[in-house]
Amino acid sequence: MDMNWHPIGDISDIPLRGARCVKTPQGKIAVFRTAENDVFAIEDHCPHKGGPLSQGIVHGAAVTCPLHNWVISLETGKALGADEGAVRTIPVRIDGGALYIALESLLVAAE
Amino acid sequence: MADQTTEKLVIIGNGMAPGRMLEELFEKAPGRYAVTIFNAEPRVNYDRIMLSPVLSGEKAYEDIVIHGDAWYETHGVTLHKGAKVSQIDRAARTVTSENGITVGYDKLVIATGSSPFIIPVPGHDLPGVLAYRDLDDVEKMLDASRKGGRAIVIGAGLLGLEAAYGLKRQGMDVTVIHLMPTIMERQLDPAAAYLLEKALTERGIDIITKANTKRIIGEGKVEGIELEDGRIIEGTVVVMAVGIRPASGLAKEAGIAVNRGIVVDDGMMTSDASIYALGECAEHRGTCYGLVAPLYESAKVLADRLAGGEAEYHGSVTNTKLKVTGINLFSAGDFADGEGREEIVLRDATAGVYKRLVLKDNRIIGAVLYGETADGSWFFDLMKRATDISAMRETLIFGQAYQGGSPLDPMAAVAALPDDAEICGCNGVCKGKIVQTIGAKGLTSLDDVRAHTKASASCGSCTGLVEQLMSLTLGDSYNPAAVQPMCTCTELGHDDVRRLIKAKGLKTIPAVMQELEWKTSCGCAKCRPALNYYLVCDWPDEYADDYQSRFINERVHANIQKDGTYSVVPRMWGGVTNAQELRAIADVVDKFEIPLVKVTGGQRIDLLGIEKEDLPAVWADLGKAGFVSGQAYAKGLRTVKTCVGSDWCRFGTQDSTGLGIRIEKFMWGSWTPAKLKMAVSGCPRNCAEATCKDIGVVCVDSGFEIHFAGAAGLDIKGTEVLGLVKTEDEALEHIVALTQMYREQARYLERIYKWAKRVGLDEIRRQIIGDAEKRKAYFDRFVFSQKFAQVDPWSERVSGKDKHEFRPMATVGFSEAAE
Ligand code: SRM
Ligand SMILES: Cc1cc2nc3c(=O)[nH]c(=O)nc-3n(C[C@H](O)[C@H](O)[C@H](O)COP(=O)(O)OP(=O)(O)OC[C@H]3O[C@@H](n4cnc5c(N)ncnc54)[C@H](O)[C@@H]3O)c2cc1C
Ligand code: SF4
Ligand code: FES
Repeated sequence: MDMNWHPIGDISDIPLRGARCVKTPQGKIAVFRTAENDVFAIEDHCPHKGGPLSQGIVHGAAVTCPLHNWVISLETGKALGADEGAVRTIPVRIDGGALYIALESLLVAAE
Repeated sequence: MADQTTEKLVIIGNGMAPGRMLEELFEKAPGRYAVTIFNAEPRVNYDRIMLSPVLSGEKAYEDIVIHGDAWYETHGVTLHKGAKVSQIDRAARTVTSENGITVGYDKLVIATGSSPFIIPVPGHDLPGVLAYRDLDDVEKMLDASRKGGRAIVIGAGLLGLEAAYGLKRQGMDVTVIHLMPTIMERQLDPAAAYLLEKALTERGIDIITKANTKRIIGEGKVEGIELEDGRIIEGTVVVMAVGIRPASGLAKEAGIAVNRGIVVDDGMMTSDASIYALGECAEHRGTCYGLVAPLYESAKVLADRLAGGEAEYHGSVTNTKLKVTGINLFSAGDFADGEGREEIVLRDATAGVYKRLVLKDNRIIGAVLYGETADGSWFFDLMKRATDISAMRETLIFGQAYQGGSPLDPMAAVAALPDDAEICGCNGVCKGKIVQTIGAKGLTSLDDVRAHTKASASCGSCTGLVEQLMSLTLGDSYNPAAVQPMCTCTELGHDDVRRLIKAKGLKTIPAVMQELEWKTSCGCAKCRPALNYYLVCDWPDEYADDYQSRFINERVHANIQKDGTYSVVPRMWGGVTNAQELRAIADVVDKFEIPLVKVTGGQRIDLLGIEKEDLPAVWADLGKAGFVSGQAYAKGLRTVKTCVGSDWCRFGTQDSTGLGIRIEKFMWGSWTPAKLKMAVSGCPRNCAEATCKDIGVVCVDSGFEIHFAGAAGLDIKGTEVLGLVKTEDEALEHIVALTQMYREQARYLERIYKWAKRVGLDEIRRQIIGDAEKRKAYFDRFVFSQKFAQVDPWSERVSGKDKHEFRPMATVGFSEAAE
């Protein structure tokens, strides 16, 4: 499938251990920056009841959902611990400080 | 060398350094030299560092004489008192004094000390401008003090502060002017300087920092000073204590190598092989010393050299103590922050104790002790020896008494505690009492120990220590209850973490995690908000709130809803509103098409279903009508519900609405371990439901009955009575003090009723009702922290703070057409 890279801004736009969201036709995407300056993007939609993960507390490479405290791995999108569920992860590229996320071109066109 | 030809040793200056040197010399090589001393001062050798006690009246001159006239006689020393040497003739090997005495030398020691530096501002030569160096200066100060009035001391270094204290003791008003932002900045870090300044201010000494003297005013005598910023301070005497300069002029004129001081080698020899320099006038390896300890070390070397030895001086590390009665202060080495440096800090605000060690490569390179200085010499010794302290790092700051055994074993620290070490601060129970009671009564459980000794029976923060004492006393037969860890990132429980944050002076989340050996790199959603609260609470002025460690509601100052929108609750002080406020709310609801407006259970209005991006605009409009955040989302002060009270109600006994509003206005913005809700009812009919609140007031004819520890959420519980007070002012003071006690002691997310159950109602009453001083201290600490907390978070964000929170980072993927 074609990768369609979209610039979304600079790494410094996201606070350390924080997140921002990006609006796309496929819904909101949460982009995270960890304490170690790694960047991850996942769907901004908790597998539990749809909580906005971009609003959660970021720790290590995980985020705790603000609604009911599920902990979601930023690397795999899977719920950690006893909870079961997963969100889609989105490819991110860092170029210098510039960030790009990949959206599937088909879906973009469909919108 | 022939017996008869004793060598001629001449000394210029009769200060502390040559005095010590001669003692050593007479011991090492008695009779080798015929000694002649010239002293500009008309007296024998005295202990200059004790001039301050003479000034303050705590000692007399006779008490501080080091060598009386008899000593000179015994050792055959010729002392020319009041004879200032004005010339050294190196070719002829003679010195000549101003009053015409010329003496030849084989060996010459220059020990002229230092001269006080006088800043050349206009008026510096007026009568009444004094230095602080010798007994004559002290006498002039004492003269001035007899006339009373105000003394102005310029310079808040060691000498300036001692002069200030002495003059104060002599009954003068004293103002100290200091150029730098903190006092004694060369010896103290800002934290210790702050404590010292506070202590001196309490002793009635006014201190003005960041103040530059422009001129000294006066006609024919000192009348005051003018500061650069135009302020004028009246005074009858000005003491300049801004620094000293090595008295090296005489040597320089004689052509001896002089830098800042007279340059000497490791044998204290100057550029002239028969001339030595000693004391403050000398410069050794680039350093001029201004304290006696290093001078004594070099005096010893010089004595050995003069006795024919080969001793070498390699420089000294110095330490400082301030000689102001009742103030304990010690500082040594280098204690600036810097790369590769670590520090260990211990503070006890109530006891006024501050200790800080600066480490580099596991060695102490600096120490500042305030309030408790007994371990100063031990730290200093470790520093001088460059001892590797890694093995005792954990307990180092507690001092020498805590060392020994295996320091990594926390039990060793407790075992090493002296019997009179206080274990339980709330109840004043010491180690000896606990150990002895365990033995005498055959106690085996923590509850027993609590019952019999009261230790750990109050706030419980010493439970860990008490349990260690029990293990120590009972051996393996005692099994301490496992402490519930804060979260999986640590083994430590909330109480231990709170105690350690304080004890180690940890001021950032990374510092806590580092020093307390967190098991994760950056914690989790459980511990981070807790740590953030503890740090906000413990260091209100210093800690920089970490918003990334706050739950979303506290981060964006609104309540997140199930659909990701937010609700907004403006403050309605005491539940009272008016037409203008209601109109503003109505306008906002229309403008932003807010789906639900609801009256809350907390007597205010909730606007629900607002998009995050709209929050700043909503707040901007609400702000124009005077609304601030109601903090309906905060682990902090929420509402103060009121009833109509005596203004309207036929049963009202007091102005409950007014008091509620007053409390809310005083306390809004404060962060607390869990949410804090209050209510004030105007009579025991209790229409504001005060008796199920965290803190409630029920007004009665005779005053205000203060309640606390109620619950009406997950648990239901009526309040307990704290006590009855007569006035609104007292009610406020008690409520605030109670809140602060709760803020300082409770575990994160622990409501007041749970904390109170743990600490004990009696203990809370004892501290808040029974102990006026404690109450006041809690109150003051709350007020201090409010300085930093009472900032409306909404208006901050309307002005642009945390902009990123309220905007998507980007919008991508929508085709032009779709827009
Ligand atoms: C809005 C309000 C209900 C209402 O429509 O009246 C409300 C709404 C919420 N309450 Fe409440 N409580 C409201 C008054 C109360 C009261 C009554 C009171 O304050 O007089 C109580 C009982 C007293 C008490 O605090 O214990 C109350 C006990 C709780 C509890 C149980 C707390 C407990 O320790 O037992 C929670 C859950 C919690 O805090 O963990 C809670 C939690 C919540 C939360 C914050 C749930 C959440 O985490 O999202 C709700 C947020 C709604 C929102 O976004 O605004 N709410 N809640 C009331 C807001 C009052 C205000 O003006 O600030
Ligand atoms: C008020 C005060 C408090 C202090 N407190 C402390 C303290 O707590 N701890 C500490 O370690 N240090 C303290 N000091 C510093 C300490 O007193 C000095 O470091 C020490 O006295 C220096 O000794 P010295 O022999 O080099 O010089 P001094 O003791 O100053 O002696 C020099 C002597 O030489 C005389 N002299 C100078 N020029 C000539 C000349 N041309 N001919 C003849 N005589 C001359 C001077 O009159 C003076 O008597 C304090 C100093 C003062 C003034
Ligand atoms: S009682 Fe409180 S927490 Fe429960 S649904 Fe109602 S508002 Fe929400
Ligand atoms: S929606 Fe995320 S935990 Fe419930």
